[in-house]
Amino acid sequence: MSEPFTTLSGKAAPMPEENIDTDIIFPARFLLITAKAGLGRYAFHDRRFDANGAEIPDYVLNQASFNAAPFIVAGANFGSGSSREQAVWAIAGLGVRCIIAAGFGEIFHSNCQRNGILPITLPAQTVAELMVAAQTEQTFAVDLEAQSLTVGNRAFAFDIAPERKLALLNGWDETSVLLHQYAGAIDEFETRQKASAPWLYAEDDAS
Amino acid sequence: MTATTLYEKLWNAHAVAELPGGETLLYIDRQILHEVSSPQAFVAMRDAGRQLRRPQTHIAVVDHAVPTRSPRADGIRHGTIEDAQAASQIAELETNVRDFAVPYAELDGAEQGIVHVIGPESGFTLPGTTIVCGDSHTTTHGAFGALAFGIGASEQGTVMAAQCLRQKRAKTMRIELSGTRHPLVFAKDIALAIIARIGADGAAGHAVEFTGPAVRAMSMAERMTLCNMMIEAGSRVGLVAPDDVTFAFLKGRRLAPKGALWDQAVAAWRDLASDEGANYDRVIEIDVASLVPQVSWGTTPDQTLPVDAALPDPATLEEGPARRQAEKALAYMGLTPGQSLTDIAITHAFIGSCTNGRIEDIRAAAAIARGRKVAPGIKAIVVPGSAATRAAAEAEGLDRILIEAGFEWRLAGCSMCVAMNDDRLKPGERCASTSNRNFEGRQGPGGRTHLMSPAMAAAAAIAGHIADIREFAA
Ligand code: SF4
Repeated sequence: MSEPFTTLSGKAAPMPEENIDTDIIFPARFLLITAKAGLGRYAFHDRRFDANGAEIPDYVLNQASFNAAPFIVAGANFGSGSSREQAVWAIAGLGVRCIIAAGFGEIFHSNCQRNGILPITLPAQTVAELMVAAQTEQTFAVDLEAQSLTVGNRAFAFDIAPERKLALLNGWDETSVLLHQYAGAIDEFETRQKASAPWLYAEDDAS
Repeated sequence: MTATTLYEKLWNAHAVAELPGGETLLYIDRQILHEVSSPQAFVAMRDAGRQLRRPQTHIAVVDHAVPTRSPRADGIRHGTIEDAQAASQIAELETNVRDFAVPYAELDGAEQGIVHVIGPESGFTLPGTTIVCGDSHTTTHGAFGALAFGIGASEQGTVMAAQCLRQKRAKTMRIELSGTRHPLVFAKDIALAIIARIGADGAAGHAVEFTGPAVRAMSMAERMTLCNMMIEAGSRVGLVAPDDVTFAFLKGRRLAPKGALWDQAVAAWRDLASDEGANYDRVIEIDVASLVPQVSWGTTPDQTLPVDAALPDPATLEEGPARRQAEKALAYMGLTPGQSLTDIAITHAFIGSCTNGRIEDIRAAAAIARGRKVAPGIKAIVVPGSAATRAAAEAEGLDRILIEAGFEWRLAGCSMCVAMNDDRLKPGERCASTSNRNFEGRQGPGGRTHLMSPAMAAAAAIAGHIADIREFAA
């Protein structure tokens, strides 16, 4: 379960760069960490910290105005590359709940929705305008129910699959959605399978 | 009724619901868990306060991060592991299996081993089932006529709690194997030759089914090797229809059905075959009589050649991605264009992994090693895929033959297949390896991998360079 996502407002960290891949978001050498929580400090690690572990002051997430921003605005193909889910957990660990880009890596996009983060895809030109708004520290506000993003006095509509929207609104992860919507179907399947292939249930019964 | 393929039959038999958007909710019969990819799934279970829906449909084991040596004479590894991260991953899995009542093939126990070796060995892998694991070589279990594929972290948690996954149906590809192979051409050679022919993404988006007399003639170990390698052609699923060879392998295994249930199961399993005239999206035919032993030379498994070939010369290729890839691979591998494969000197030989760590593989290596010596300066290790395989090999005296020849005889684990434990290459070292991936750094940063069969790897260890097993054995 993640926090239900209804509305969100705050600043947006501008990342005006294309192809920010999951290796940039979560470097491979941290994959041996078994935790899922607390990964925020590794997010964008090699951009945020130098070789000695000192903060690189120029980096957007190290600036006082953006280090707690709940939004990211980024160039196209954000989250491409390796399928590692840690990339999403790390971004969530930063407190980011909404990412706006002109396009996302496919697996990263679905991993966002599995983990309570709203990815919004908008045309490249719109994203360019929003990048300026982010850089000038305007407030971003999103209303998921209305599928609307408001920045200053402008509003932008965005698309989201109905079942993904329902999951985010309720704070359901994928498992919750399946359990919520298909519990009956799963039960029925098991009843049928137990009759036709009882050997697959021998161990359940024995235990 | 229209003729359907084995893949479609397995799929249809596990469809719980059709989802909006074209995906299917697929019922998952079996899940295998290991220490490296499962921790976050258990975290998610704890966070949500969930229990496993059917704990007995799971089995957990430690394989990826475990060392394959023990400082203790009795081979006990528990409590001796120096690498703090490996030790903590193992401890975390042990806590998780206890808290969630998951059956566990414990470290130092008789059933410990590589996920894809112990599943079949214990009878956990059965025909007609769906099987998942957080490791892409889950394709291995398809050798039993099971729909088996690798999955990610969140998906593992979903299977634990809901016993289901959302999946998109793949296209189908049939690979028909005919002919009789040379006695020193193995399933590994056939797999490598297929990958070289269709490319490292040649089967992407497809479920591959192997058919034909040359497959029917194969042992289960050989079928597993074949299916195991299909992920290296981009396919998440490899399949062989079950037959008497399959049933004979499974009968009497600890978790295989017993008594009347066994008879009922076998009767059902006999229907697990593609129908006559079933339609595949692609069909490939290979006469295995035409094949010779294969060796990979580059950094993707499709960069493979017959052992008697010379390395490609990028200068003779047309300007384009293929040429640049060949140049890059030769540079990383430290090889010269046009060089003979058999002139390449090695520093290491690794016999093991879920591709080639079974008893048949160890026998093949021992047959070459018998009465010979590993070349000076070569580090050669044999790592059984499971504790049971190790015990079986020792019962046959294979360990003594190998040790006598100068091979190290290890405890079960993934070992040098994946640079996640103590066994890894240093930059520039070169390994004749029976594993499945020759990617840059796969066996250790800067390490160089040549994929081949166990007999070929043993021959390379003895010769000190890549050798043609056909001449070697003569
Ligand atoms: S032996 Fe290699 S491929 Fe097989 S499960 Fe272990 S790491 Fe994965």
